[in-house]
Amino acid sequence: MRKPAEFYQRDRGRHPPAYVDTYKTSVTRSPQYSLISLQNSASEITGPVFGHNDIDPTDNDLIVNYAKPGEMPIGERIILHGRVLDENARPVRNTLVEIWQANAGGRYRHKKDTYLAPIDPNFGGCGRTMTDEDGYYYFRTVKPGAYPWRNYVNSWRPAHIHVSVFGTGFAQRLISQIYFEGDPLIPMCPIVQAIPDPDAIEQVTAKLDMNSTIPLDTIAYKFDIVLRGRRSTLFENRLEGN
Amino acid sequence: MPQDLNYLRETPSQTAGPYVHIGLAPGAAGFDIYREELGHDIAGPNAKGERIRVEGLVMDGTGSPIKDVLLEAWQANSDGIYAHPEHPGEVEDGFRGWGRVITDFDTGEWGFDTIKPGPVMGRNGRIMAPHINLWLVARGINIGLNTRIYFSDEDAANAADPVINLVEWERRRETLIARRSEADGKIVYRFDVQIQGENETVFFDI
Ligand SMILES: [Fe+3]
Repeated sequence: MRKPAEFYQRDRGRHPPAYVDTYKTSVTRSPQYSLISLQNSASEITGPVFGHNDIDPTDNDLIVNYAKPGEMPIGERIILHGRVLDENARPVRNTLVEIWQANAGGRYRHKKDTYLAPIDPNFGGCGRTMTDEDGYYYFRTVKPGAYPWRNYVNSWRPAHIHVSVFGTGFAQRLISQIYFEGDPLIPMCPIVQAIPDPDAIEQVTAKLDMNSTIPLDTIAYKFDIVLRGRRSTLFENRLEGN
Repeated sequence: MPQDLNYLRETPSQTAGPYVHIGLAPGAAGFDIYREELGHDIAGPNAKGERIRVEGLVMDGTGSPIKDVLLEAWQANSDGIYAHPEHPGEVEDGFRGWGRVITDFDTGEWGFDTIKPGPVMGRNGRIMAPHINLWLVARGINIGLNTRIYFSDEDAANAADPVINLVEWERRRETLIARRSEADGKIVYRFDVQIQGENETVFFDI
């Protein structure tokens, strides 16, 4: 059993603030009182544990996981891969990574999405996988299209893939979005630009990874995910209280 | 040459957006893709303790229910043990202690069935009152919000709880307490979350 150790304080200045006036939905969905800071207890340093029986081996292949036999989704075939690390640069092993995205036309398979771009009959738009012993994860999918959304009358989301990660403790729980290097919509997007630090915006931008492409087949993007790190020392006051 | 600490920095959060269901609850988005969606069964069939339901609404700063929220619950078993290798003790076979639920698209109501957790040993040997850790995300929420669900029938334990007592404003402590009721032999706790405004729920930076 690993000894309980707490997480480093989250650097809130690196995350978007709750209230961002240019991202209109956040205006009434942002707490106004300060968050109450907690030192980690057992409730925060623990979190759900997943196993390989929770998922199927094809769950990480969005090109086949919803396609009819012998058919494929339309779009630019991509590999999205990288590692889940903590702030100490150690791999986060056996952790669940889940993604979801629009299809190549920018349309989501969701009963609430009414964008006029068509649903792709061979594309579901979600995948999940567990990181390996090196913290490595891998998905195959198609590159999502940009899509319009109601913020200003002419607002467009840059192409993006949503990503959800667990880590080992509930305090590491994180949802983010993966953008693609070079997308001209990135500097215009209020959701991306809610991230206050340009260096942090770079961190949510996947890089074209020519070495990982499959020639004549699939292009690749690399995206490492960093979760909060943990102290190397134990709780000064042991959880058992003795 | 100055020393470099070489720490990496946490990936910035981004909103889960309105279509979070596709990835985390595809059935609700309107399609079936996985053998099994995760987070539907928090306690499992073998869990000891009192079977309960927890339900509520999540309201925005105008008092309107938010209908595209995804909530995750994380809790100990009835002995106060988390199903995690770093927490000493055993949990029942099939007890995961984690659940995922979405709000109804029409009404905004959410609810999950579980068992009531036991008290958990906190820091400095101080017992934490029974509670469920709650994390919620939605369109318009830039970084997931953390709160805790405590129980209205645990007055003495709540009064001694080290986390509740961090909330200086006594009125605000009430926002952390789910209200117990019994109907048709079922125990239901009501826990409405107010994201913003006068009765804003206490959220934690954990
Ligand atoms: Fe999106």
